[in-house]
Amino acid sequence: MSPAPPATLPLGCESAPVLRERGQREVFCGLTGIIWLHRKIQDAFFLVVGSRTCAHLLQSAAGVMIFAEPRFGTAIIEERDLAGMADCNEELDRVVDRLLTRRPDIKLLFLVGSCPSEVIKLDLSRAAARLSVKHAGTTRILNYSGSGIETTFTEGEDACLAAIVPELRADASDAPSLMIVGALPDIVEDQFLRLFAELGIATVHSFPARKSDAMPPVGPNTRFLLAQPFLGETARALEDRGAIRLDAVFPFGAEGTTSWLHAAAMAFGVDEMHFRRVIAPGRERAKRAIEHSRARLDGKSITFLPDSQLEVPLARFLATELGMRPVEVGTPYLHRRHLARELALLPADTLISEGQDVDRQLDRVRAAQPDLTVCGLGLANPLEAEGLTTKWAIELVFSPIHGFDQAGDLAELFARPLRRRDVLRV
Amino acid sequence: MQLTVWTYEGPPHVGAMRVAAAMEGVHYVLHAPQGDTYADLLFTMIERRGKRPPVTYTTFQARDLGKDTAELFQTAARDAYVRFTPQAMLVSASCTAELIQDDPAGLADAMRLPCPVVALELPSYQRKENWGAAETFYRLVRTMSPGTERAPRSAGDRPSANLLGPTALGFRHRDDVIEITRLLETLGIAVNVTAPLGATPDDLARLPAAGFNICLYPEIADTTCRWLERQFGQKTVRTVPIGHGATRDFIAQVAALADVDPSAALTGSNLPWWSRSVDSTYLTGKRVFIFGNATHAIAAARVARDELGFEVVGLGCYNREFARDLREAAASHGLEPLITDDYLAVEEAIQALQPELVLGTQMERHIAKRLRIPCAVISAPFHVQDFPARYSPQMGFEGANVLFDTWVHPLVMGLEEHLLTMFRDDFEFSDAGGASHLGHCGPAPLPADRVSTMAEPSSPPASAGERAEWQSDAERELLKIPFFVRGKARRNTEKFAAERGLAAITLDTLYDAKAHYAR
Repeated sequence: MSPAPPATLPLGCESAPVLRERGQREVFCGLTGIIWLHRKIQDAFFLVVGSRTCAHLLQSAAGVMIFAEPRFGTAIIEERDLAGMADCNEELDRVVDRLLTRRPDIKLLFLVGSCPSEVIKLDLSRAAARLSVKHAGTTRILNYSGSGIETTFTEGEDACLAAIVPELRADASDAPSLMIVGALPDIVEDQFLRLFAELGIATVHSFPARKSDAMPPVGPNTRFLLAQPFLGETARALEDRGAIRLDAVFPFGAEGTTSWLHAAAMAFGVDEMHFRRVIAPGRERAKRAIEHSRARLDGKSITFLPDSQLEVPLARFLATELGMRPVEVGTPYLHRRHLARELALLPADTLISEGQDVDRQLDRVRAAQPDLTVCGLGLANPLEAEGLTTKWAIELVFSPIHGFDQAGDLAELFARPLRRRDVLRV
Repeated sequence: MQLTVWTYEGPPHVGAMRVAAAMEGVHYVLHAPQGDTYADLLFTMIERRGKRPPVTYTTFQARDLGKDTAELFQTAARDAYVRFTPQAMLVSASCTAELIQDDPAGLADAMRLPCPVVALELPSYQRKENWGAAETFYRLVRTMSPGTERAPRSAGDRPSANLLGPTALGFRHRDDVIEITRLLETLGIAVNVTAPLGATPDDLARLPAAGFNICLYPEIADTTCRWLERQFGQKTVRTVPIGHGATRDFIAQVAALADVDPSAALTGSNLPWWSRSVDSTYLTGKRVFIFGNATHAIAAARVARDELGFEVVGLGCYNREFARDLREAAASHGLEPLITDDYLAVEEAIQALQPELVLGTQMERHIAKRLRIPCAVISAPFHVQDFPARYSPQMGFEGANVLFDTWVHPLVMGLEEHLLTMFRDDFEFSDAGGASHLGHCGPAPLPADRVSTMAEPSSPPASAGERAEWQSDAERELLKIPFFVRGKARRNTEKFAAERGLAAITLDTLYDAKAHYAR
């Protein structure tokens, strides 16, 4: 039952072959990112220009309708728009006017491209420029694509942030500043800001900011840490503005968070002893919290189906800090450079797969019979019905899981389905 | 372009999925980009299905456009046939694939798959989910039961009927089918085929064998029933058996068509007596707003007015295909119909009408919750909690019982309502605290002015020593007061005594206080 712990296995998947598949993908498209992005940027509205399917996706993915009038909506393209009876651009202007009249509190409006708007080649960047002039002084209007033909799930956030980067003020100051990149729950963001302040890093910004007029400046003195592994385009755009990425593993678990903070500490010349002292309490708390789930997870096998691109860092956390055995780690897209340190820490026999052919992948899951399968909501109940224990991947995106004080919660998210399996007598 | 916040219906291919997922032996190949697979979770999460919907999504990406999306479709269809070996296959395009015009019908035809292939035209930019389900069911039936001849019925055969319309993700379809099947059983009528729910494509070929059709859910089965009428001369029962009276009408119609004695099935529901019993007096004239799909909304309006004694103050539906039926129903209630799929328009109407009860969909529940109006769900779209583990039909006599319970429970019960009026200023009985039988809702937060009055202690904030002493006879008298007002009487008397600086509470003090606070 209990195989050798992963620590004794050879480590390193950084140069292992990757199984690349194409076929049916069981993933969300990039529009789904709106669900958390609109909560993060509190004066922004996300207007999807798309079909009824897009609108239906947004409300289904959100699961419940939390707000009567949320800060997102869909301009549904209709037959008359397609037949040329109505001019799509005029229609869009009309919808935006109506929206902004109704919601004068909106300071930043995103026109979000969808599969249909991309296919009919509706130029949303021109529309955004045109509307920006019209609404100058009250609302800024940007655009990005969250379409399924271009983006997978969390890539929507990447596209959104990348669209903001060119708008960021140039950082004119001489002193280096630190930027945390990626939408984090406010409570987690505040924890990190407190830690960086204690470390003595003077200027720290979060990107995206909570208000559209508080977005951080960027320039050659900017050093940035990615808080999420799916921000390839955003990182590139920041690098184009002269910012420098600090390479680190992602801040999951006691070790991951330590390493992530350490990358910043080194870049800002923080004394090593001071660093140890500052992080010690958080690190110890994280270790204690993780310990509660260890017995449940140690030696258990786990397969990740592709979902959010968080799969590789999470598999690393579960393998190195909880003794789990990753069988297959599937990801919609593998960013080798940003994940190099993560891959190096995975057991060498882990199968890394990129893309998806869901039926074939499920055949592998059935053959491997992992103790836990991390998958999307469309697959979880069917796999449970087959006797496999599952964890909904989307909870990993919607819950606070980064940093020392969430490490225990993160471990618990994986332990709970196994505990439930064990306690049920029905 | 139409600005939409929430939608009542998905795109038409979701309707096709509801038919495919309801059936056995059907596989649906949907030409669609990644992301459209979100629709799977509607079935696996809301309905807790233990199987993936039988749908293959071709999952094309931007880089495939203009190159090999057609080939992608054919590969997906071929692989799906090999893996699932369905009796029949559905193919169609989702909204995006419709724009790239790959023609799934032609592509599938060219492949000569060894099973019937039904190519669906589902115009995503014009039509919606219910229409898609109706169209899919109709196309499947046409493909599987061609011809015009019915097998002749031999004289000794039991009368039989088809139950048409139940799908996956239907509001209580699972239980309605059980209830109506039982009801027909009591009448001695056999169910020939129930479809789409639980049927195979081969079962559809047997549809013409039934004596008549029962159109349980017109939104989905009406097109098919009309075709079966034309093609095979099968009559259709169109009364939807939701509510006590409608169920009796339904039985009468079915019995007449089958030429059987209806009396065996006319056992009735508990609804009439529950409604006549005195506790229900308080239901009289409760103002109710009804919105949903046309069939459920119209049926609910009849039950609300005729069987519960409510006053229907608003009636509407989101599916324009049945607008005419709804308009007629609204006219019979003397109302302006509200036919819209704009959630904000419905919210506005509810806000303006200020009903005491809302019967609606998941959307209206959300509106009602915000406006603090009791609400029950009567129609799709619905939430996972509206798909109960227990048997909970909407149709038939048991359905009528369920309607009574689920519509009345959100309201404050009869005797309790009177008590709440009597003691409305007493914090223990405060109506803002909610009714005891609604414990699961949690108490509503109190308005600020109430909180401040409640924060005042009922006895003066004097030290214990200064508090008036209850004399034993006064205390004994207090115990004779009914328990639910005793606390109030005690506090009022203590307050009265404290205000007057009395050291002791006598029998007289008790009654002086009573007189003082009497209204």
